[in-house]
Amino acid sequence: MADLVQINDHLSDLGVDLDSAESGPKRTLSLMRRRAPLAVPAAQLAALDAADCGTRTDFEASIAESGFPNGLHPGKMEIFQINLGKLCNMTCRHCHVDSGPDRITENMDRATVDACLRALDLTNAHTVDLTGGAPELNANFRYLVDECVKRGKHVINRCNLTILLVPKMRDLPQFFADRGVEVVCSLPHYRKRNTDAQRGDGTFEKSIRALKVLNEVGYGTGDPKKMLTLMSNPAGAFLAGDQNALEGEWKRGLKANHDVTFDRLLCLNNMPISRYLEWLIERDQLDAYMQRLTNAFNPGAIDGLMCRNTLSISWDGRLFDCDFNQQLEMEVDLPEGKRPNVHDLDAEALAARRIVTARHCFGCTAGQGSSCGGSTA
Amino acid sequence: METYYNPKDLAKFGTIAEGNPKLAEKFFGWYGAAFEDGALTAREKSLIALGVAHAIQCAYCIDAYTTDSLEKGADLEQMTEAIHVAAAIRGGASLVHGVQMLNKAKTLGM
Repeated sequence: MADLVQINDHLSDLGVDLDSAESGPKRTLSLMRRRAPLAVPAAQLAALDAADCGTRTDFEASIAESGFPNGLHPGKMEIFQINLGKLCNMTCRHCHVDSGPDRITENMDRATVDACLRALDLTNAHTVDLTGGAPELNANFRYLVDECVKRGKHVINRCNLTILLVPKMRDLPQFFADRGVEVVCSLPHYRKRNTDAQRGDGTFEKSIRALKVLNEVGYGTGDPKKMLTLMSNPAGAFLAGDQNALEGEWKRGLKANHDVTFDRLLCLNNMPISRYLEWLIERDQLDAYMQRLTNAFNPGAIDGLMCRNTLSISWDGRLFDCDFNQQLEMEVDLPEGKRPNVHDLDAEALAARRIVTARHCFGCTAGQGSSCGGSTA
Repeated sequence: METYYNPKDLAKFGTIAEGNPKLAEKFFGWYGAAFEDGALTAREKSLIALGVAHAIQCAYCIDAYTTDSLEKGADLEQMTEAIHVAAAIRGGASLVHGVQMLNKAKTLGM
């Protein structure tokens, strides 16, 4: 855990109370803050196990019958995904991380950031994918970006857009532009209603303002060094659309209505975990959603699953097959029950691992397939 | 309570092939082709289907094309507009026959 005094100093430097609506819209409170039973990953897994998934119930069996009889194994490690922590200026309804302004202590400290960089040097990963929470809120964020750029890595920053309007963060678009960082922004829909329903009132308007700032520094204009990617996930209990079919319409809609441009659209399904799982249960939609996922099981989406080319690292340096497993505390499984840490990363041992799965994985194999890089089919 | 409609029956649409597989194959093949991206996008076709579903008041179709429209990236405002178009045509179809009434009334009247 990062030193609390240091974190509080960093937060007071922001000049805005992260708990305020001014800093970012709040659609709900974190499960942790509400002391909701589902805050505990084991309770989430139990709820998934109890769900009526219809005729297809076992993810491992589904993989096995689809040409992967020995389960899922990683291919070449291409992406080093670092989750810098759970702290966020927003509290979206569907968040799979259960992020929020209250998650102050679960943030990566400098020693762990340095361990990530040493571990990165042991791999051939070409891309470093930074996520959170709002990764920008971590005190070591800019240092980490600089170090990755220095190493010639393609850096992706997963951005909630509204963070770019926080006074101390307003220089970030230029900071990203100067370093060729790809900005991947969350925007569930190119129109207001669904965006605010999922992410909180006022999100859409703030997101458009932030996108305009990114456009002003050259993002979203076709320059490969200033890639502006939008990421959409459904605001409800239905599957993500076809990103190729939707991209043109989004581009036309955002240009015509808001004079905003972007480079590409990624669509991903909501995973039935954390706050989205809570929402499904509250609406009595869990069984129907699981059946929607299992009915749409697509063997063609397996090959490109992100767990096969990504290593996911948590704020405290633990290793996972993906960010969803990370939130469910399902660590990478090495022979003899070893649970390696980023401090002692063994790339060879990791390459031979079997990927850990559970029922939530049906979210990534449904329809067009789904990952942090968009559809996989 | 027993009803004629059961939401679970929607998923069993394919079982209609039991009595005549050949015709079912032709129908589902044509149905799928009609909804593919073409001169109209799949999303536009889904919104047309949603409007028609309301015009013919097919409960199965409303269920299916509400979900499908959302998954094709439409939002509630766009879907509501599609339904208003369908409703306007239905209402208009009744009202435009008023001209027939008017013609007849004028023939009979003084």
